[in-house]
Amino acid sequence: MPSPLCLKGGTRMELFAPVNKVIPFSLVDGPGSRCSVFLQGCNIACAYCHNPETQNLCEECGLCVEQCPAGALYREGRHVRWNKDACVQCDTCIHVCPHKASPKIEWLTPSEVFAIVHSYQPFIRGITVSGGECMLHAHWMRELFALCREAGLGTLIDSNGCVPFEGHNDLLDVADGVMLDVKAWDEGTFAQLTSGDVRVVKRNLALLAERDKIEELRIVVVPGWNDPEATIAGIADVLDEKLAQTKLKLIRFRRFGVVGTLANADSPTDERMGELEALAREAGFGQVELR
Amino acid sequence: MNATNGKKHAEAHMSEFMDIITASNLTYGQKLIHLAQAAENCEHPIPTTPEFDWFFERDAICDMHEGNAPYRPRYICCDMERFARQGSDFLRLDAPDNLDDLLMNLQILYQNVPSVTGRPVYVGQLDRLFDPFLDGLSDEEILPRFKRFLNYIDRTVASGYCHANLGPEDTRAGRLLLQADAEVQNAVPNFTLKYEEGITPDDFARLALKTSMACANPAYANHRMHKHTYAAPVDGPADGYTVVSCYNVLPIRGGAYCLDRVKLSQLADLATSPEHLLNELLPNATGALLEYMDARIKFLVEDSNFFQTSFLAREGLIERERFVGMFGMIGMHECIEKLLGPGHVYGTDPEANDLADQIMTKMTNQVLAWDAPYSEIGNGRYMMHAQAGFGDQTSSTPGVRIRVGDEPEVFFDHLRHCARMHRFFKAGVSDIFPVEPTAAQNVDALLDVIKGAFAIDDTYLSFYPSDSDLVRITGFLVKRSEMEKFARGEAVLADTSHDGEGNWRANHLADRKVRLG
Repeated sequence: MPSPLCLKGGTRMELFAPVNKVIPFSLVDGPGSRCSVFLQGCNIACAYCHNPETQNLCEECGLCVEQCPAGALYREGRHVRWNKDACVQCDTCIHVCPHKASPKIEWLTPSEVFAIVHSYQPFIRGITVSGGECMLHAHWMRELFALCREAGLGTLIDSNGCVPFEGHNDLLDVADGVMLDVKAWDEGTFAQLTSGDVRVVKRNLALLAERDKIEELRIVVVPGWNDPEATIAGIADVLDEKLAQTKLKLIRFRRFGVVGTLANADSPTDERMGELEALAREAGFGQVELR
Repeated sequence: MNATNGKKHAEAHMSEFMDIITASNLTYGQKLIHLAQAAENCEHPIPTTPEFDWFFERDAICDMHEGNAPYRPRYICCDMERFARQGSDFLRLDAPDNLDDLLMNLQILYQNVPSVTGRPVYVGQLDRLFDPFLDGLSDEEILPRFKRFLNYIDRTVASGYCHANLGPEDTRAGRLLLQADAEVQNAVPNFTLKYEEGITPDDFARLALKTSMACANPAYANHRMHKHTYAAPVDGPADGYTVVSCYNVLPIRGGAYCLDRVKLSQLADLATSPEHLLNELLPNATGALLEYMDARIKFLVEDSNFFQTSFLAREGLIERERFVGMFGMIGMHECIEKLLGPGHVYGTDPEANDLADQIMTKMTNQVLAWDAPYSEIGNGRYMMHAQAGFGDQTSSTPGVRIRVGDEPEVFFDHLRHCARMHRFFKAGVSDIFPVEPTAAQNVDALLDVIKGAFAIDDTYLSFYPSDSDLVRITGFLVKRSEMEKFARGEAVLADTSHDGEGNWRANHLADRKVRLG
């Protein structure tokens, strides 16, 4: 694995990030037609994670190499390598991986990813970088966004909120906004659900509101696992007068893709979602959407 | 013809007539249309050349079963706005002075506009037509009238080839028509929205897209590309064109005499190499079809007495000088497959796409060098059209479309290919994309795609939600539920359900790649 910061071309310092995939078109990652870039690796581990294979970087254990039916994985020294052209996308590697990782990633520079997304113009209005947790690669994202901005492409960050935005003003300068998860409000509840620290999320919420960079806030409603009423009230309290310009998306938990404890858990009922929608409207959010 | 042959012919006709007369899955109206066509086909007034006959017998050129003795143009695009201004002497209708009069006058006129289907393929640019008559009426008063009117067209014209136009401007009538269309969920008429960024406001386009996601209508025409195709009629609409049937771009106050086509898919069967097709078969077939079109059009104009006697011409709702002949083609996908063999898939393989480009360039140049009779509005030339097929025809993918199942993985690559091939066709070419039903929640994404595609000169796009009852066949709309009824042997009102049913199955249209997922 190359180090995240290394020399390329001999003269210029270029950053690399582990790219899980680039989807040319997404309907659900922000306004309009957008290209989504998914980075590998997350700093938390949500019980309801829908893409658990994006949580970690490859540990080079090699279990997947033996199981790959297409011979698309091989060893190079101690490293596991992926032959993209031979891959049949059967996802066997992901199913057998004991580390919630994927060998099917590419370490790419901002300009390499920009070349991909640029090729989708004029059909897209912008890009959204997601994860994993994309804020683990804030400098890389800054470079990518600067290139996108120059080409007239919009730039959105999709974050779990558990990496501080403090100190990343240069990134926020070239980002249109952040789609921020607020997974729970109570510290204990949040930690149990995600293994993360909600205090970071709350600081980010205030900072992003202050800079008018909240594209949307999202609460995934998981019966018995989080506290959406407290989360709605808590956000309203932090955002204060900014609440009226803020969009809240209330998302039903769905078990699709989930592994572990919540693999067979139920979705919230329509009545429950309706109650929460009414509550959010009453609290004063500018826009409330159910998904 | 000797006596024995004559008897055989008569017997063949009798059996064809009796089959129609005794059919259990045709309505009375459909039988009438079929009988009229069978009768017309007993005559053979149009001379053909040996070259034409040779290609025709091998199914490499085709007259679209328009009938042997044309006594009306294929498509008529009346200037309905002129009709709204002047009424009609022949129909004894005064110019309307309110919406109800206008709607009634139009309903009467539609009964008197022929076409190749026997029914109108064009019912007007309805927003421009209605907007001046809405003053003093509330939305609540207008909507039920529009819905009744749309239902009238659906139940009486009952042909998916019938078309209405909207746009590019945002109008109150346009908005209410979209709302009405979403509510009635009809297959007829087909709607096209003329769209141009900067003229069509995003807000109006969003409403249109929401409607498309609710009832597969409207489809979208690149107004910037089409508006200079034909000179505007005197005192008529400035853009001079309208879209009818399966996306034929035709002169308003005029139309198309005929549509004939080269079936590239079948022509390739006769070729020993790509060069053989390009240098011998294609020029010969194209030439033979051009000569045939000349003869057809001369018969219609000089002998059939249509233009000399129709009140539509006498009252200025059509002008003979605003009619053109459409030169069509079909089956590019199979043509390339047969010429280059497997491994060169049209749509994704550069060599395949380049050969297609070469074929189209050659054919178009030959057509545009031909002196076409009675084609004043086409500057003395026939107009190129990418014909989209009909009925249960297999082995010929519409026009220059990519065959279902071979579409590029990335939607944008598909659109780039479309735009590249669209440039040859001034009289219409189109593509159809089923999209994820969830796109209804983000119509801005669809709008971005339209803007992008039209910016690179794609000329026409249509969408329907992949779970919709209303689906597009070659371009026309049908209800899946109606096709299923016809497949069970029951009679159904719209005869495009007949064409749709066979085509839907034969060409695996349910397997079209769902886009925007």
